[in-house]
Amino acid sequence: MIKCEHISKSFEGRRVIEDISIEFETGKTNLIIGRSGSGKTVLLKTLVGLHTPDEGDIFFDDVCYTSLSFNDRKRVRKDIGMIFQGGALIDSSTVYENVRLPLDLFTDDSEAQKRERVDYCLSRVNLSDAHHLYPSELSGGMIKRVAIARAIVMNPRYLFCDEPNSGLDPQTSIVIDNLIHGITKEYGITTIINTHDMNSVMEIGEKVVYIYQGKKWWEGTNEEILHADNPELNDFVFASAMAKRARRGK
Amino acid sequence: MGKVFSRPEKMGIYRRRVIFEIEALGLNSIGLTAIISVFIGAAITLQMSISLESPFIPQYLIGYATRETMTLEFSSTVVALILAGKVGSNIASEIGTMRITEQIDALEIMGVNSASYLILPKIIATVFFFPFLTLLTIMIGIIGGYTIAWTTGIMSPDDYIEGLLYDFVLWEVIYSLIKIAVFAFIITSISAFYGYYAKGSSLEVGRASTRAVVVSSITILIFNLILTQLLLT
Repeated sequence: MIKCEHISKSFEGRRVIEDISIEFETGKTNLIIGRSGSGKTVLLKTLVGLHTPDEGDIFFDDVCYTSLSFNDRKRVRKDIGMIFQGGALIDSSTVYENVRLPLDLFTDDSEAQKRERVDYCLSRVNLSDAHHLYPSELSGGMIKRVAIARAIVMNPRYLFCDEPNSGLDPQTSIVIDNLIHGITKEYGITTIINTHDMNSVMEIGEKVVYIYQGKKWWEGTNEEILHADNPELNDFVFASAMAKRARRGK
Repeated sequence: MGKVFSRPEKMGIYRRRVIFEIEALGLNSIGLTAIISVFIGAAITLQMSISLESPFIPQYLIGYATRETMTLEFSSTVVALILAGKVGSNIASEIGTMRITEQIDALEIMGVNSASYLILPKIIATVFFFPFLTLLTIMIGIIGGYTIAWTTGIMSPDDYIEGLLYDFVLWEVIYSLIKIAVFAFIITSISAFYGYYAKGSSLEVGRASTRAVVVSSITILIFNLILTQLLLT
């Protein structure tokens, strides 16, 4: 479980997120949605510890992350996997080296054990034959899949994904969504995904939080979202003309 | 800086990265510095032979002047300024790009001390390897001078060699090696700093790279004076 209580964050005097309290449940795919610039990336980066909140606390299970020292935070971070919007693979390393890096740095596994683990993670994302390729040689979908493999190589308890579908075609987006959802169920981890893709919301959004102008505006499930009585949320969910027509028809 | 010099997560990984950086930042700079050295050595010999053309001045002083110029100033300070451009911009743009493409954030999320992981191997590699570059540039510059003396006949090669050996002081070579080691630290740490704290877009990475070269160069010139005052007077 990941929980944040009354967190706020400002940059250069401008408040980007304000008094947000959410509980993300273990073993579920939790989605943070909202328009571009609504503050959802800042919220995700604050939750993961890349930004320090101005106010409020963040808990990873029973551990208050915000009160930990730099070294103690490193221990929690080893339980975190993160998939960045652009993949954030190390350019100078191959796919194999990228996925293996956390094992090299934080485990005493043998060469064979590391190879076996990397092979397993790459096969889990259907990239068994890409070991030798560099990030510049990969397509957008492959980069996301390598990023997923790297995120799960240390068996994380918490998985964060920042717009995993951005820049991908609809079919590849579904593949990535199902992969993340499958991994969440398989390992029973707490997954938080930032997205503004309504397909993802409907397919895998077990818990959905809508962020509007830096505040938590609504929360519920993917089934409840279609019937929510919230004008701002409805404007977001039914933004396209087709969706509006479908809703009127319903 | 404290983060950079904190205890590494795994020594073996850092050793591998140091070797990688020696190749990327050191070995790959040999070609450029060698080409510049050979031409500068030849030019110094030519200029000296023109300037010191007098029956009252012994010819071997041309070799002596070439050796002194190469050892005291060119192979450390001028080479450092060249490397500030080549290696400094490389470091700033590499780390800056990693910053804006969230690669550094990814390392931090893994629990890696990104400053130490990315910067420390570069500092060790350059401080260790640049002195070898200095020795190499001294030798190549002197060979350049010898070649121009021999091919143009402006002076006898024997006089040139006599000048090279005349009043040789080993401390001058050591002084030059100390200077380049300090300059290596300056180039790497300043460039890494500008790259690590780059923000925004690729435009900002370019600006960080330019700032890194300018600040490194000025710092090198200031430290050149300080070290000369401290070590030679």
